[in-house]
Amino acid sequence: MKGFGSVYRKELYALFASPIFYTVGVTFLVISGYFFYNSVAYYNLLSFQASQNLVLAEQLSLEQMVIRPFFLDLSIILLLICPLITMRLYAEERKTGTLELLFTYPVSDCSTLLAKFAAVLTAMATILAGTLPGFALLGHMASLNWPAVLCGYLGIFLLAGAFMSLGILTSSMTQNQIIAAVLSFGALLMFWIVGWTKTLVGPTAGALIEYLAITGHLDSFAKGILDSRDIIYYVSFVILFLFFTLRQLESYRWKG
Amino acid sequence: MIEAQGLTKFYGSLPAIRDVTFRVDQGEVVGFLGPNGAGKSTAIRILTCYMPPTAGIAKVDGIDCFASSLQVRSRIGYLPENNPLYNDLTVSRFLRFAAGVKGLSGKNTTREMDRVVAVCGLEKVRHRIIGHLSKGYKQRVGLAQALVNNPPVLILDEPTIGLDPTQIIEIRKLIQSLREQHTILLSSHILPEVAQICQRVLIINKGQIVATDTPGNLTSQLQKSAQISLKVEGEINQLAAVLESHEGVQKVTVSREDAGRLLVETDRSRDLRPEIARKVIERGLSLLELKLVDLSLEDIFLQLVTEEPVQEETQS
Repeated sequence: MKGFGSVYRKELYALFASPIFYTVGVTFLVISGYFFYNSVAYYNLLSFQASQNLVLAEQLSLEQMVIRPFFLDLSIILLLICPLITMRLYAEERKTGTLELLFTYPVSDCSTLLAKFAAVLTAMATILAGTLPGFALLGHMASLNWPAVLCGYLGIFLLAGAFMSLGILTSSMTQNQIIAAVLSFGALLMFWIVGWTKTLVGPTAGALIEYLAITGHLDSFAKGILDSRDIIYYVSFVILFLFFTLRQLESYRWKG
Repeated sequence: MIEAQGLTKFYGSLPAIRDVTFRVDQGEVVGFLGPNGAGKSTAIRILTCYMPPTAGIAKVDGIDCFASSLQVRSRIGYLPENNPLYNDLTVSRFLRFAAGVKGLSGKNTTREMDRVVAVCGLEKVRHRIIGHLSKGYKQRVGLAQALVNNPPVLILDEPTIGLDPTQIIEIRKLIQSLREQHTILLSSHILPEVAQICQRVLIINKGQIVATDTPGNLTSQLQKSAQISLKVEGEINQLAAVLESHEGVQKVTVSREDAGRLLVETDRSRDLRPEIARKVIERGLSLLELKLVDLSLEDIFLQLVTEEPVQEETQS
């Protein structure tokens, strides 16, 4: 893993120095803030009504009404912004020719790939951390189930990792960042909507398709359930697409 | 130090280089010369482990470029064509990155950065963003990253392209100052540059090496014909016809720009100057100037590059 640290630092610097990161980050935080406010405000409204209705009051739960919808909403924003964060990783280096430097420095393709991936994960963690104050405030005012919240964050982080591993692959396929982003957005959307056909294709294929669908696995995290199947799904998704990226880079080398 | 044996590279079905074989010994400065698209960059990219060859073996310091790519890469300082750089980093950050990926850390990094900054004259721009620098400075930054960690082999692909004359001279001086510590392979399509800097020249055309020698030897060996330039006063067209039929004369050209100027190409084995002078006087013209013209490396290069199709025809 020689050179990992250097590439990681360089990538992180390039990310934090680029206006794309801040634009994407601010957009994400504004929209996620809106979603959060909406969930909490709706919860607030219902709890006023519940003060006269005991049956309703029993059904009220922060987990079901705030935490779960919030993380599911976040996944929609992530679908839109992850391709924007990953699109430059290889496409820019191909365009400016610096990939030739990177390919001829004494670091393996695997180290650079992992360093780049680690850098975008760090950036994503930074953006996601921006949503924490909302929960802190909520936790101050109500009794919040923190383990469930952290479980949701783990899920959303894994989901973002999966999205970005696919984004890296498309970025390595072209020198045009917009094409990379569009390809990645399209492919992610396919993984999202593939679950819709599960009722049409019969029980066996249906179960398979349901397992393949990328957001279904988020739901259990959002509910506060830590299921190894879901963790394995995201981790193997990431490994698979990073592996494809390595093969793509190798093929690029041969073609020259 | 650098060894290429039968290197061949196809882009799809298009051969970029075919059966390129050469070696560069330790401490040599070798120029890789060829017109654009001749395959210089392809050969260099194989040697620097950027891409594997379709066939053939490339070795640097006795290590195979394909099998032990990382070891080879740590022995090479490479300045790619068009000098790609991370334009949004500052010079020092970029050099720190280069030092890091080349395996330096801590104090060694700082010391090495100070050294290359001093060698390349980058003190003034050390904390500026690379994208804002002039082309000459960018070229120095490119050289500086190649020099980090003091690799024994330097491979420079067109190091002076796109620079203005003063910058070219500066970069050439810089390269010349490096020749004592490094084995240098340098590609260029600018002939005087190669003649100035390099001890040996590899001429490549259409993907094949067509000549290898010192600039001096190339000039004398390949000079198949001698050229005599003369200036006369009077009617020269008839004189040209007479000279053309003279034994040993291959070709006579009448200069259009310079009135009264004739260029006579002759056999190298005989010195025809006395005979030509006599002819001129016999025809009653006044001889103003008569001299033997040495072929420059440029002429030789043109000869080699333009003769190629003829050779191919005779082979087939």
